[in-house]
Amino acid sequence: MSHAIDIPVAAPHTTTSNSVGRVMTIVMMALAPATLFGFWLYGWPAVWLWAITIASALLAEGFCLRLLKRPVVPVLFDGSAVLSAWLLALSLPPWAPWWIGVFGGVVAMLLGKHAFGGLGQNLFNPAMVARVALLISFPVQMTSWVSPLPLFSAGAPGPIDGLLITLQGIPASLDAVSSASLLGFAKTELSRGVDLVHAMGEAPAQSWFGSRAGSLGETAAWLIAAGGIVMMGMRVISWHIPVSMLVGVAVPAAILNAVDPAHYLDAATHVLSGGVMLGAFFIATDYVTSPNTFRGQLIFGAGCGVLTYVIRTWAGYPEGVAFAVLLMNSLTPIIDSYVKPRVYGRNRKGSALPAKK
Amino acid sequence: MGLFEKIFKPQWGVHPDDHKRPAADAALRFLPAPAQVHMPLHQHVGGAARPVVAVGQKVLKGQILAEARGNISAPIHSPVSGVVRAIGEVTAPHASGLDFPAITVDSDFADKWIELDAVADPFSLAPEEIARRTAAAGVVGLGGATFPSAVKFSLGKRLAVGTLIVNGGECEPYLSSDDRIMRDFADQVVDGVRIVMHAIGAAEALVGIEDNKPEAIAAMRKAAAPFPDVKIRPVPARYPMGSDKQLIETLTGKEVPANARAAEVGVLVHNVSTCAAVHKAIRLGQPLVERIVTINGGAVANPGNIYAPLGTLVDEILAFCGLREAPARLVLGGPMMGTHLKHGKVPLVKGASGILAFNAVEAEIPEAGPCIRCGSCTKACPMGLLPLEMAARIRSGHLEDAVEFNLTDCISCGCCAYVCPSHIPLVQYFVHAKGELEAEERTKLRSEAAKRLTEARSGRLEREAKEKAEAAARRKAEREAAKAKAKAPAAKNTEEASA
Amino acid sequence: MLMAVGSLTVMGLALGGLLGAASRYLAVEENPIEAELQAMLPGSQCGQCGYVGCAQAAAALARGEAAVTLCPPGGKSVAEALALKLGVTVDLSAVEDKGPQLARVTEEICIGCCRCLKACPTDAIVGAAKQIHNVIQDACTGCGACVDRCPTEAMNLVPMPVTLQHWIWPKPAVA
Repeated sequence: MSHAIDIPVAAPHTTTSNSVGRVMTIVMMALAPATLFGFWLYGWPAVWLWAITIASALLAEGFCLRLLKRPVVPVLFDGSAVLSAWLLALSLPPWAPWWIGVFGGVVAMLLGKHAFGGLGQNLFNPAMVARVALLISFPVQMTSWVSPLPLFSAGAPGPIDGLLITLQGIPASLDAVSSASLLGFAKTELSRGVDLVHAMGEAPAQSWFGSRAGSLGETAAWLIAAGGIVMMGMRVISWHIPVSMLVGVAVPAAILNAVDPAHYLDAATHVLSGGVMLGAFFIATDYVTSPNTFRGQLIFGAGCGVLTYVIRTWAGYPEGVAFAVLLMNSLTPIIDSYVKPRVYGRNRKGSALPAKK
Repeated sequence: MGLFEKIFKPQWGVHPDDHKRPAADAALRFLPAPAQVHMPLHQHVGGAARPVVAVGQKVLKGQILAEARGNISAPIHSPVSGVVRAIGEVTAPHASGLDFPAITVDSDFADKWIELDAVADPFSLAPEEIARRTAAAGVVGLGGATFPSAVKFSLGKRLAVGTLIVNGGECEPYLSSDDRIMRDFADQVVDGVRIVMHAIGAAEALVGIEDNKPEAIAAMRKAAAPFPDVKIRPVPARYPMGSDKQLIETLTGKEVPANARAAEVGVLVHNVSTCAAVHKAIRLGQPLVERIVTINGGAVANPGNIYAPLGTLVDEILAFCGLREAPARLVLGGPMMGTHLKHGKVPLVKGASGILAFNAVEAEIPEAGPCIRCGSCTKACPMGLLPLEMAARIRSGHLEDAVEFNLTDCISCGCCAYVCPSHIPLVQYFVHAKGELEAEERTKLRSEAAKRLTEARSGRLEREAKEKAEAAARRKAEREAAKAKAKAPAAKNTEEASA
Repeated sequence: MLMAVGSLTVMGLALGGLLGAASRYLAVEENPIEAELQAMLPGSQCGQCGYVGCAQAAAALARGEAAVTLCPPGGKSVAEALALKLGVTVDLSAVEDKGPQLARVTEEICIGCCRCLKACPTDAIVGAAKQIHNVIQDACTGCGACVDRCPTEAMNLVPMPVTLQHWIWPKPAVA
């Protein structure tokens, strides 16, 4: 890299070996185990959906960059579009049709990222923007869950059949069992007047290793948590948001479950179902849309958790992570303007400390 | 510093690769006398010195070339004996590459000192006398700040500073000149520390040395052993531990309030090399004409510390150490805060603690990308600022908003730009903004002055017009009076004639 | 339905009436903008804008008679500031930003006629009859009044020299 001889060069003359690409790579590697588990659990249609979502996001971003007359290749390959699309794909129903993936990828890049000015400028998490747009526009397709049909098991479609399922829908010949997700089931039963103590007996098989119906990333809660801990160890994220979000979900759940177990699910179910694990470790921790300071991040994470619980329990949707994250994203600038680090030599209000020997 | 500090290392700052050894371990080498030196007139904070020699004048080593001008200034002395060749300009060690005034002296290689005014017992001198002699010797802060030391002594005495903090931190990577001076000349450093304590009236001295310099710590401990009020305190190695605000907090737990001086919390900070220079100035009567400078970097064949006369061109010192290849980047100072040099025809100045010749790998800084708001800069900032917010506002031209984020508290240490994964030149944003704000302030002062001058001129013109009118009226009145007088005797005459 | 129409009409009339009364009796006094505009101008009364002095130029600006680009010594920065204050949009591409300038005497050509001396609004030129004149840089505002007066063209405007003390880091180029 050369400098024109007339441009003055500022210090520092050395820099870290860290880079945006490195950070994205670590996050993707942390997501890989859960993703591969999801692929195994749901088979080829899930693989194709994931691939289609990422490809359409890349195409949409390339289109935006061309429109803005910015260099395409360096931005496309910095990993941020792939990561957003990957997270979106993990929150979709695994056997959703192809156009859900395409629409989602395009909305995530156009409305979620480039309408704001590109990387670093967006107010809302692009993956969650896309997911909510899809959920509201296509509620049926976005809530049609299937029971797991693991790869290589009898009846599981092969790669070409899997592609056809994604492109054309589930054929009548396939014995796929549509199933409600656990949260959806619980909400439906409650609305029917059946309390949870009775309902959970007939609930979809609850397994901590995830062989019940759910989104691609929902089922591998422990693998996601493990990936999150690896990221914390490599200092890509800190513990503040994940812990505060999980606590924000678990504490109200535990309290209300202790008070009235018939109408409120317990903390473990809440934490392990839906997108809470994925949200806590990978989605709420997004750099661009979360606060700058540790204290701010604790407030943000707690808000995400509590809102998730509130939406799940009392609002119209069985799953609340996406809405909660978007709502807290909108509060991030306010959190940032009130929660600032203390400057050396000044008190918290910003005025100089008194001089005393 | 106790166990607590040892376990809980400071969260601020960064820990770049050291790169100090093997240069730090190489024996000190003495640069052979240069044929010509260029002594800049402005090697310190404050007013530039004013020349007191003429071209063609013979000078001895240590003879004064330029006197201090103003309250905050320092004199310049000749590092060689010889003849003054020119009083002209030389490229300044500054990123702009602009020139500044310097006195060129041709050496006669005799290295003859002026008559030195050595003092056998500095502790019998009054503190004011020590300050006067230190000022006359041109001693300034050799850690890089180049603040005239004698002014600091007077400040410390006036504010009754109780603790002298001696900065042996040398937190910048690649540099080891303070390390060398502590290892080889610990006695001189400790003696200087004690003289400074006497000059400011401090009861104790805390010598902070980063723990990546175990040999220096051992040597200083040995030299300070007979003096219980000089305490050696190892501190965790972390950049910028050598920054005075951070060192004061680590050693004493006190925080210097914003916009206040360290003396207001009862401490004064001096670099170890400055203390050694004070020892030389007072005990031996030698003014500041030489210093130890670290030559390091991938392009240097034999890196190490060189004892060199001030005013020697950087090129000559690099040639002495040998260059493996043409440097991809030349830096005066350390990599975090040093000045980029466009070429090596720059003289060694008092504040130059290192000369770094980087090869292509070391000089490589990737292209800057967009800010991803990761917050690494906030975690690294030792002053608790929000570099990402300040830079965003400066980028969009809202400099006043950046000031509201405490831009003026920024010490330009470079931690934020170092850790940024997008390699954004954050420090350049901040120094640009500070420069623009100062320029606006200057323009405002200029306009106010112009208004005052304009009003003064109109006032002058009015006054002159008024005086002119008054003078004209006076003259007219005189003429009338004279005419009347001329008429009166004539009338009298006619009266007398007719009477 | 009549009830709804009627009640909304009454509410509309009542609230509209309240707003009208407030705009008359609670109106905010207009600040004298002239003084603020004058403070923004350089103040050297050079006359390049066509008005006698900066005060007259400010009055014309306040009345809306003058364009915000009227001040050549002020350059882009003054034009921008005036536009901001007056709330007008202005196309600044035509404004020549020569940067700050200073007058300088070419000493070999100066004949010591004192014509420039008398024209300088800040008395920045020192000299006397038949003595070479010189410009005090700290007092010169670069207005150019002296340049036209010089019969031998010894007086010129040159860009303000950049010194080490006043050099500013440029803003980093955005990727």
